[in-house]
Amino acid sequence: MARSTASTTASTPPSASPPGPTASRQWLTRILREPLLGPIIALLVAIIVFSSISNTFLNPFNVSLILQQSVVVGILAVGQTLIILTSGIDLSIGSVAVLGTIVMAQMFDANGPVVALLATFAVCVVLGAVNGGLVTVLRLPPFIVTLGTFTAIQAATRLLAGSQTYQVPDGSPLTFLGTTFRIFGFTTTYGVAVMLLVYAVVGYALSQTAWGRHVYAVGGSITASTLSGIKAGRTLFSVYVVTGVIAATAAWAALGRIPNADPNAYQNANLETITAVVIGGTSLFGGRGGVAGTLIGTLIVGVLRNGLTQAGVDSLYQNIATGILVIVAVTVDQFARRRTQ
Amino acid sequence: MDRSAHSRVRKPIVGALLLSTAVLLGATACGSGDTAGGGGGGDSDIKIGLITKTDSNPFFVTIRESAQAAADEAGAELIALAGAFDGDNEGQVSAIENLVSQGVQGILITPNSSSGILSAIKQARDNGVIVIALDTATDPEDAVDATFATDNLAAGVTQGMWVKATLGNTPPQIVMLDGTPGGTVDTFRHDGFLEGFGIEEGDPAIVGQENTNGDQTKAQTAMENLLQRAPEVNALYTINEPAAAGAYEAIEAAGLENQVTIGSIDGGCAGVQNVADGVIGATVMQFPSLMAESGVDAVVAYVKDGTKPSGFNDTGSMLITDQPVDGVESQDTAWGAENCWG
Amino acid sequence: MTFDRATPSEHPEPSRPSRPSATAAPSATEATEATADGRTSITVLQTAPVLEAHGLVKKYGNVTAINGADFELFPAEVLAVVGDNGAGKSSLIKALAGALVPDAGEIKMNGGVVHFHNTRDARAAGIETVYQDLAVIPALDIASNVFLGREVRRRGLMGSLFRRLDMPRMRAESSNHLTDLGIGIKSVTQSVETLSGGQRQGVAVVRAAAFGRGVIIMDEPTAALGVKESGMVIDLIRSIRERGIPVVLISHDMPHVFEVADRIHVHRLGKRAGVVDPRERSMSEVVALMTGAEQPTDEERAGGPRPDAR
Repeated sequence: MARSTASTTASTPPSASPPGPTASRQWLTRILREPLLGPIIALLVAIIVFSSISNTFLNPFNVSLILQQSVVVGILAVGQTLIILTSGIDLSIGSVAVLGTIVMAQMFDANGPVVALLATFAVCVVLGAVNGGLVTVLRLPPFIVTLGTFTAIQAATRLLAGSQTYQVPDGSPLTFLGTTFRIFGFTTTYGVAVMLLVYAVVGYALSQTAWGRHVYAVGGSITASTLSGIKAGRTLFSVYVVTGVIAATAAWAALGRIPNADPNAYQNANLETITAVVIGGTSLFGGRGGVAGTLIGTLIVGVLRNGLTQAGVDSLYQNIATGILVIVAVTVDQFARRRTQ
Repeated sequence: MDRSAHSRVRKPIVGALLLSTAVLLGATACGSGDTAGGGGGGDSDIKIGLITKTDSNPFFVTIRESAQAAADEAGAELIALAGAFDGDNEGQVSAIENLVSQGVQGILITPNSSSGILSAIKQARDNGVIVIALDTATDPEDAVDATFATDNLAAGVTQGMWVKATLGNTPPQIVMLDGTPGGTVDTFRHDGFLEGFGIEEGDPAIVGQENTNGDQTKAQTAMENLLQRAPEVNALYTINEPAAAGAYEAIEAAGLENQVTIGSIDGGCAGVQNVADGVIGATVMQFPSLMAESGVDAVVAYVKDGTKPSGFNDTGSMLITDQPVDGVESQDTAWGAENCWG
Repeated sequence: MTFDRATPSEHPEPSRPSRPSATAAPSATEATEATADGRTSITVLQTAPVLEAHGLVKKYGNVTAINGADFELFPAEVLAVVGDNGAGKSSLIKALAGALVPDAGEIKMNGGVVHFHNTRDARAAGIETVYQDLAVIPALDIASNVFLGREVRRRGLMGSLFRRLDMPRMRAESSNHLTDLGIGIKSVTQSVETLSGGQRQGVAVVRAAAFGRGVIIMDEPTAALGVKESGMVIDLIRSIRERGIPVVLISHDMPHVFEVADRIHVHRLGKRAGVVDPRERSMSEVVALMTGAEQPTDEERAGGPRPDAR
């Protein structure tokens, strides 16, 4: 009866070293195998490069700034990660959040902060459900569905806002996430704390719950998932609804950062979230990756923008750099996948 | 793990490392050579930040170049940033934050959103940085230390008066091509035009209105659409010259160029040329160079002896046309060509 | 220890391998006692089928996929199902696995009539299928794959409120199952995509064997495998039989069939042509029966030899 792994074919990496590998060798192997390694190294390189160019880069003020500037896209990127894990994509996520800010600001005038927040979450969840319903019930490709909802929502936002932007009074609960607080001598905002909380909660759900397993399974293969008894449609739908909640949270954080609801804001947020997700190592083909990578991807983009600005680089060159980074990330992902096949 | 697998795992990571380092260093080296920030200012005591709406519109390019020249003359360092598109408030907020982090003493800004930028401006001022608005006032105006801009209301009035006079007794059918909602420039010019023309908002003489973000292509599309609905149009208010140029394309394509009187505001050299060519009837010139120089001088003065600038400082406007009308001061296109920007 | 997946009926915990269980059909001893009474008929002496079907029919418009097919599967046996392409064996298997609802006929498990509306019903009744494409998720680890759709939560608050999975337990149990079935995989935290074809087959079989307490259906398990790995799979099938769980083996590979099957169900033209004993018939004869070049004996046509008591 065949037992040992020596029968593996040449194309797969051997799964065991010769008897008695040293503990440090095994440790090194596990580190090099870690898919987060690439993004972490890129982040460290970026930090080192920029701190050597600009002596204000590592100031606590600037570090806090980078985090604050990453909050909205960072939160949205969590939702994008979920959807990309199911081998879908969400082009509408930024526009849902922008609509959320308009709803929040408008409802606040008449009905106060609690109603405004509830209404915003309700609207964003409904929009998420619309996306989810079209994808699961009508079986339309997510790219097409979210392209359509993106266009419609953007137009609806402009209609709703009229041709104006809405100021929200600073200090109201709506701008709460912009309030700063000190922790261990470091000043940051509640928005940053909420962003990290969202990452923690979704990260836990993905790695420690059955729902998380099902998300990965559905992204890996819907057929296999269904045959295994997973309710793929339900899982897929839930992912889109969760993304709606995340978009509403991002809208709240956006008003905290800039207490002004502007229908023209965050136009590129969709692409920026995809950038963060891809740079963080989550595969666009679904089924592998996670929010930890996305957090690093978000930080890389934030560090890049802040650092290049401090180095005096034009914002157009910044876009070129970000674009190249995305291509590198996707290429590395492809290499990694080919190795294991 | 045997050696070949080890290196197979390592290669893509090393590749990614090298490539990203190359990208970062390349981008930094490339970009900083071009812009003012990394240039030869060296270690100056005076650091001035400039944030324009975009960096592609020639108007803002002129502001940047004039500011750079003024800064060089004063021995100050200028860091020039911009929003990503006309209306990009978020990019400007980040720019203010980054400039404060870099330790500038003064920030000159042409705000994309007159209200959305307020909290960032306040934070900067709370950190001891003076903030001066150029070209576009904030709302409220006193959110900044001072404003150096064209009196956009007056400019709009001038345009309105000229268009009205040129139309003469013909019953007016007016189309208005505005810019981006949320900017005071937009509102003032629009309202000024109505005032100069002598009508109120909602007057039946206004047969069409569209927002164009001041963009030539959008203006062309908007004009094409409007011509479908209002082919009788004979007067056109435009927010700026690119919009006027785009609208003219649509009008000319419909063969209506002799029917429509076009007015504009800006005073760019391209726009002045359009006036000379008869594409635009008349334009109201602004003086962005003066705005930029005044702003730089104000910050330099603040650093040197603590005097803060204040109030709204009108940098003036002048009607440029080859068809002058009574009661409205103007200069011809030859004068315009000498004093234009861009 | 409980599972709390919301499945139509509970799953028992996957059990360690055991000798033929007490819930199996009556053993030879019981049959003997029955004769001592003197009142029993021949049929009671025979062991009862675990899974049987009679007169199944399924039509799609003008196309008849199942044409009055019969089927019998006895405890602790390996029943191979063979048939030419288009003979309808996949449709029959789908009906047994709940993937297809027949228009007519009945299916019984352990003597009781059952109706499967979907594969969940069949799985709940204890019928597990190992599909030809394995239905594993390559990017996930082995333990997660084994427990896919049937994940185990931790006890107490972490499990109920925070819905936390009990990964250590799932890993330990997967590892045990792999060992019990003789599959040599060192670590269940590896992702399935790092395994060879035979090992992946092993994981899929472990998943079925761990939860299948009634029947395991294997669809072309050796089709994509080389000689050595096919041997592993054959050994696996034997291991499962030793645990008392019957295996339905659909295969085109005659040598493998003859190596491991106790009886061979020949399917032709949408129904059962007959059931042959591999010791009585040769490979070429079975192939001839598949194509219709040869006719089955009356006994074979009626359902073939009953299995010996083991």
